[in-house]
Amino acid sequence: MTATTASPQPAAPRSDRSDEVRKALRTVDTGRRRKDRAMQVVVYVAFALAVIPLISVAWTVLSNGIERFDWYFLTHSMRGVFGGMDAGGIYHAIVGTFEITLGATIISVPIGILTAIYLVEYGRGSLARSVTFFVDVMTGIPSIVAGLFAYALFAVFFGPGISMGIMGSIALSVLMIPVVVRSTEEMLKLVPNELREASYALGVPKWLTIVKVVLRTATAGIVTGVMLAVARVIGETAPLLITVGVIDSINFNLFDGRMMTLPVYVYRQYSQGYVPCNDASAVCIPEINFDRAWAAALTLILIVMVLNILARLVSRYFSPKIR
Amino acid sequence: MERHVKLSRISRVGTAVAVGALALTLTACGSDDPVGDAAGGDDSAATSDEATLSGSLNGAGASSQEAAMNAWRAGFQSAQPDVTVNYDPIGSGGGRTNFIEGATSFAGSDAALDDEEIVDAQARCLDGDVLELPMYISPIAVIFNLEGVDQLKLDAPTIAGIFNGDITSWDDPAIAEQNPDATLPATAVTPVNRSDESGTTENFTEYLVAAAGDAWPHEASGDWPVSGTQSAQGTSGVVQTVQGGDGTIGYADASQAGDLGTVEVKVGEEYVPYSPEAAAKVVDASENIEGRGQYDFALELARDTTESGAYPIVLVSYHLACAQYEDQAEADLVKGFLGYVASPEGQEASASAAGSAPISDALRTEVTTAIDAIGVK
Amino acid sequence: MTTTAQQDAPRVRTRRRRSSDRGVNRAFRITATGAGALILAVLAAVAIFLVIEAWPSISAGSETLAESISWFPEDANLLTFVGPLVFGTLLGSALAMLIAVPLAIGIALFISHYAPRRMAQALGYVIDLLAAIPSVVYGLWGAIVVTPVVQPVWEWLSSTLGWIPLFAGPAANPARVMLTVAVVLAVMILPIITAVSREVFLQTPRLHEEAALALGATRWEMIRTAVLPFARSGIISASMLGLGRALGETMAVLMILSPGAMYSFAVLQAGQQQTIAANIAAQYPEASGLGVSTLIATGLALFVITMAVNMAARAIVARRKDFSGAN
Repeated sequence: MTATTASPQPAAPRSDRSDEVRKALRTVDTGRRRKDRAMQVVVYVAFALAVIPLISVAWTVLSNGIERFDWYFLTHSMRGVFGGMDAGGIYHAIVGTFEITLGATIISVPIGILTAIYLVEYGRGSLARSVTFFVDVMTGIPSIVAGLFAYALFAVFFGPGISMGIMGSIALSVLMIPVVVRSTEEMLKLVPNELREASYALGVPKWLTIVKVVLRTATAGIVTGVMLAVARVIGETAPLLITVGVIDSINFNLFDGRMMTLPVYVYRQYSQGYVPCNDASAVCIPEINFDRAWAAALTLILIVMVLNILARLVSRYFSPKIR
Repeated sequence: MERHVKLSRISRVGTAVAVGALALTLTACGSDDPVGDAAGGDDSAATSDEATLSGSLNGAGASSQEAAMNAWRAGFQSAQPDVTVNYDPIGSGGGRTNFIEGATSFAGSDAALDDEEIVDAQARCLDGDVLELPMYISPIAVIFNLEGVDQLKLDAPTIAGIFNGDITSWDDPAIAEQNPDATLPATAVTPVNRSDESGTTENFTEYLVAAAGDAWPHEASGDWPVSGTQSAQGTSGVVQTVQGGDGTIGYADASQAGDLGTVEVKVGEEYVPYSPEAAAKVVDASENIEGRGQYDFALELARDTTESGAYPIVLVSYHLACAQYEDQAEADLVKGFLGYVASPEGQEASASAAGSAPISDALRTEVTTAIDAIGVK
Repeated sequence: MTTTAQQDAPRVRTRRRRSSDRGVNRAFRITATGAGALILAVLAAVAIFLVIEAWPSISAGSETLAESISWFPEDANLLTFVGPLVFGTLLGSALAMLIAVPLAIGIALFISHYAPRRMAQALGYVIDLLAAIPSVVYGLWGAIVVTPVVQPVWEWLSSTLGWIPLFAGPAANPARVMLTVAVVLAVMILPIITAVSREVFLQTPRLHEEAALALGATRWEMIRTAVLPFARSGIISASMLGLGRALGETMAVLMILSPGAMYSFAVLQAGQQQTIAANIAAQYPEASGLGVSTLIATGLALFVITMAVNMAARAIVARRKDFSGAN
């Protein structure tokens, strides 16, 4: 960068004068330089400060969770497990998290992408302005309110006290839609207008242009956005606690009965606390609930990380180079 | 053009990834029988009963019973493999409401039905008797974390003073007088209570009301009456909070007290440490509430008992059921399940899993006659 | 797209337009517009259904509420019940923002303009991964790891700065207090604010940056004059995302804070404040009937607050319209 600053001096009449100018440009007076240095330190310190809790979280989860994290843990449910038994896993929670998140994705991706298309390709006038505005507002909806909404929606139609997986999907999709809209919108805007115009010039109808040219050009970005949105909602606890409840057996049916999900599982295990272990004859681990909580947290973090890394890879290797 | 080549590759790879992920999920074999593989055959009851029942039994209510209920459900289900017992820990109030509305076959409740509810419950039970069975007895320990002190002796007014915020330092004369041997530091006292509504709080405040006299100016309630205090969600939250500070004192289900110091409570002229036996003793010393049905064992707990060796801070949680059901299968399931809960094996299972106090044989005899009476109209 | 320019549009253009709004084209446009309208419908539905379910509580008298809900305070009505919760929610989020926003800007600048190129990408990954750590994990971490660590610091704060009402002592032990919550909330929203700000910083036109440097600006001056003005609306929208998460954050508050229902600024004392979201999660599992309705009413209040905050932010920031990379 310093090279760029110093180079454009070709028209200087005399060489020693140009050297002077160059020197003046390069040397900054001490006050400004000190301020520059100070800000550099501030910025470095800010980063260091952020890294401390981040490492702490990662280390705590990893060191506490790795012990119980194995194949058995991943592929068994909690049915019939009680007390300090050395048993039980998170298969039912993985199933629940997978299905509920998938449901949320199926609901929110079409709506999100179509809305983004509307905003970028069609949207003019007051409707578009208000959609843009309210999508922004929607990003600020607290997750627990989304959960209450899903509860209220089903309570109105099915009576109070109901809980099933799809309620969780709806709650999560309320959180997911604005994220998908925003990321897709940004991606569609990045598609050069020349591409659209070229397509129109060839007589391709607008909808086909959008599907075949605009969307395909933006695919990688959209996929990345969706994956990040999934990663964002997959760890939501509060709305699922309210809508989907808890269960200790496997439930594959999204439309009937409670389901367990990973974040709720973590919270439940944590809040069950220590096991008394009064019976010396049985196998009993006092801190089994905490172990399971940490191991489930580790699983959850790994899932989210994999999603993030995949999203990164998709955007890195498959997106067309525009800049 | 280059873009197009790239793009078609994206979609192909994308599809491959999606299909791969789906296939992986579908083929991953999950098991809904974790115990069978890991720690099977820990139920002696499994062999003694004949597996004759089938169907599913639904109950709901107090979360205090949850740990015990998990043990009971597992034990009963392994004896009767075709039965599924569900228990929804939605709280005592919700449990009673659901039971009265007929949404569940039985309920768990930290409090007995009140007079109004009794009438409704009798209607729900086809105008028959309502069973209130005190089968989950759990001592509540007063736990503390104070450097250099492992054991404390306190009487009820002192405990009330501490929890009401009147006693603010550990070297307060009221505490020192009762603990001449302990070296009490001048650390500030931090009382810790439950932040959620709970049967534990209700029973603890009931004890303070009954035993502490003027030192406790509040009413008994499931919600903690003093504001501006340290508090936490659930028993484990309280235990953790007490553990996390110095000079903290709280109350929690004794089973979760762990390594923390526990208070010996003054009863009559002696100081009694908590123990399951001492807790069961106070239940035996208590009278049934007058004027209820023959199978109703709702207790008037003798919190101010002076009986030697009784520990008065206990949580008694009831199982609510009907003497008469419309459906034979439902009646059989309720009868079978509650029979298992009352049995020595059942009480042993909950003692092991939840640290509850097994009910005495005298109480078991009474409860069993009630359970045996369950049938259809 | 061309409604205004219909008269003087070239012939080719008109022909395309005439044929364009038929059949599939029309159906596609209507579908897309419908999806946009659906967003508005969803948001309206959120409000409507919350109101429907909250109505029994809103319309009930304060005596009825106090009678049928055990945790509802005596001689209070719905407003005096929600008030302290709203206060606690705002206080916690404000503190968290105060800590997080400057820090996040610093981190984002570090990644975008200070760290070596090759490292920057890796650091970006790290922050992104941490943006997705579930709130329940932060809750676990906050309750078990952070609380004991910050206690001595709070103790010191209250003894030296105790004359400021905010830091009035005695500091609670263990530190299950609002300031601890704010610190954890700040950590939670830090990655989100950072990630978004960083993206915006990186989009600063290279020409602007180079122009600033060519004029002899130091790196900091370049950032101040070129990057930050360009990114201002981005930073605000990033902060809004963070604020949204902080306002509605449930699990961390639930697991860390000793709740209380007071209008108190004492963020180092226990049992002073509570947030709406944590209160809902705490009471919900055992609530029934009117209790659920009251909790939904508080949720409605939270919804209104977040709406108001977002709308205010939008009103301040004129949205950058021409962001298309092509123009």
